[in-house]
Amino acid sequence: MTQSEAIPQAAETRGTTFNLFGIQAIYRFEMARWFRTLGQSLFSPVLSTSLYFIVFGSAIGSRMGTIGDVSYGAFIVPGLIMLSILTESVSNASFGIYMPRWAGTIYELLSAPVSALEAVCGYVGAAATKSVVIGVVILITARVFVDYHVQNWPVMLLFLVLTSISFCLFGFILGVLADGFEKLQIVPMLILTPLTFLGGTFYSITMLPEPWRTLTLFNPVVYLISGFRWAFFGAQAADVNIGLSLSAISVFLAVCLAAVWWIFKTGYRLKN
Amino acid sequence: MHPIISIKDVSKTYKSGVKALQPVSLDIMKGEIFALLGPNGAGKTTLINMTCGIVNLSSGTIVADGNDIIRDYKEARKKIGLVPQELHTDAFERVIDTVTFSRGLFGFAPNPAYIEKVLRDLSLWEKRNAKIMELSGGMKRRVMIAKALSHEPKILFLDEPSAGVDVELRRDMWEMVRNLRKSGVTIILTTHYIEEAEEMADRVGVINKGQLILVEEKTTLMRKLGKKQLTLELATPIDAVPDGLNGYHVELVDEGRQLVYSFDANAADTGIHGFLKRIGELGVDYKDLHTEQSSLEDIFVSLVHSK
Ligand SMILES: Nc1ncnc2c1ncn2[C@@H]1O[C@H](COP(=O)(O)OP(=O)(O)OP(=O)(O)O)[C@@H](O)[C@H]1O
Ligand SMILES: [Mg+2]
Repeated sequence: MTQSEAIPQAAETRGTTFNLFGIQAIYRFEMARWFRTLGQSLFSPVLSTSLYFIVFGSAIGSRMGTIGDVSYGAFIVPGLIMLSILTESVSNASFGIYMPRWAGTIYELLSAPVSALEAVCGYVGAAATKSVVIGVVILITARVFVDYHVQNWPVMLLFLVLTSISFCLFGFILGVLADGFEKLQIVPMLILTPLTFLGGTFYSITMLPEPWRTLTLFNPVVYLISGFRWAFFGAQAADVNIGLSLSAISVFLAVCLAAVWWIFKTGYRLKN
Repeated sequence: MHPIISIKDVSKTYKSGVKALQPVSLDIMKGEIFALLGPNGAGKTTLINMTCGIVNLSSGTIVADGNDIIRDYKEARKKIGLVPQELHTDAFERVIDTVTFSRGLFGFAPNPAYIEKVLRDLSLWEKRNAKIMELSGGMKRRVMIAKALSHEPKILFLDEPSAGVDVELRRDMWEMVRNLRKSGVTIILTTHYIEEAEEMADRVGVINKGQLILVEEKTTLMRKLGKKQLTLELATPIDAVPDGLNGYHVELVDEGRQLVYSFDANAADTGIHGFLKRIGELGVDYKDLHTEQSSLEDIFVSLVHSK
């Protein structure tokens, strides 16, 4: 028996039923953990977003022109939401699976009749729920500071949900691979923060001179923020085509799913 | 009786290169209490964790109640409960929540009445709303047992269940294990308290350095390997074993105050009669005598050392 057969996938097993109660248990557990610290969980993104609005939206924004016919204050709303969702998704999801690994309570998940897909549904589902809630809360907070209109609600929600799920998956992978708490913090700080800041959270990449403008197109976050902005304000505020944005998020989602599938298939880092 | 767990040629080499288990084959019978004994690092936990799906198998197969633990892992795992050796618990969860969580995780519909029964049986009902971190070590271990029982397993693994549990509670736990067995649960336990195995087990397996060196009915084992000893309390201490006792397996202990004769309790002729006669002839005076049978612990120690 080779290691790659460690956790069998549904296709290789017989007589299996989908463990809905198992998913529910994980989901509830994760949400309960969040509700215990709901105040601070929501407060910190709301506070940081408010600060950004005060500094960039009001103080600096008042001296900036409009982008298309979108005021600068409104222009940064989608970027700020993405900024928070990306960091919150990665940190929530990575913590959710790293904690049981660290505390040893993961033994129970490993000994339970829970498939890879079910575990991911529970953990990533819960983390993504939190991210979406945080996104909505920021959306509401932003309304206090600026007047904005969402042109295309369905696409906006689609991006919100897809981004949350993708980055929660990414966080989940990080939580599985990390072998220390520092690593959990370093990746968001060293990779995510630069990518989001340079990905057009606070500006349109058309404002950049070459070669930065072309280089920026290699930053995947550009496509997310641009697509999200498209949903708010239409093509005038978007940096890249909406189709490109949707493809980018789909590809990222697919890559993360493949990685998670591989991790569970091999038991990598989860089992000895 | 047919085996409820069938372990065939299962071995384990950890990534670090440690060969924790040589190929082991073992059948556990339905409804029995099986005690797995062995010194620290022998491979007991490794074998249990492989059966429960926590550690990958390096070779071999394990079938639990007719389900291959890899191919039919869902069916197999639903039937198995595990109380691991280490106390891994969440800190902030309430007792009742963590036990309810376990039941759900194993794919079972909620059943508050059953959870209440489990908690009451383990004297945890009063503590059901306490956070786990507020509990003592022994209570935490009982929470782990409650979690393992939450999905009504047919097979229960107890990896050192009595570590850190006080005397009274240990007796309660033995009682609980017996009741579980009565209700048809098969129990596999490891322990370093040999008297625990002696007290409860139907069969005993001894692992040493990754090898299963013996599997035997406990009573057969004790009969087979059991030595009996006859101790004479001497009226006056002597310096050396009298020459006239050369043919007998005799030791002088307690600074010459006791003479100990070892014999095989199962032999047709234990030799006691001849021995006592010889003692009389030699004029050795004794004020008292008693016999004792070696315990499982003695047997265990001699087994592990002779290998
Ligand atoms: N995760 C691991 N990685 C590498 N080696 C391990 C791991 N777990 C256990 N071992 C090694 O495997 C061997 C068997 O360990 P195991 O925990 O199965 O022993 P045990 O019989 O349960 O001992 P104890 O009575 O101390 O609990 C030991 O040499 C141990 O060091
Ligand atoms: Mg052990």
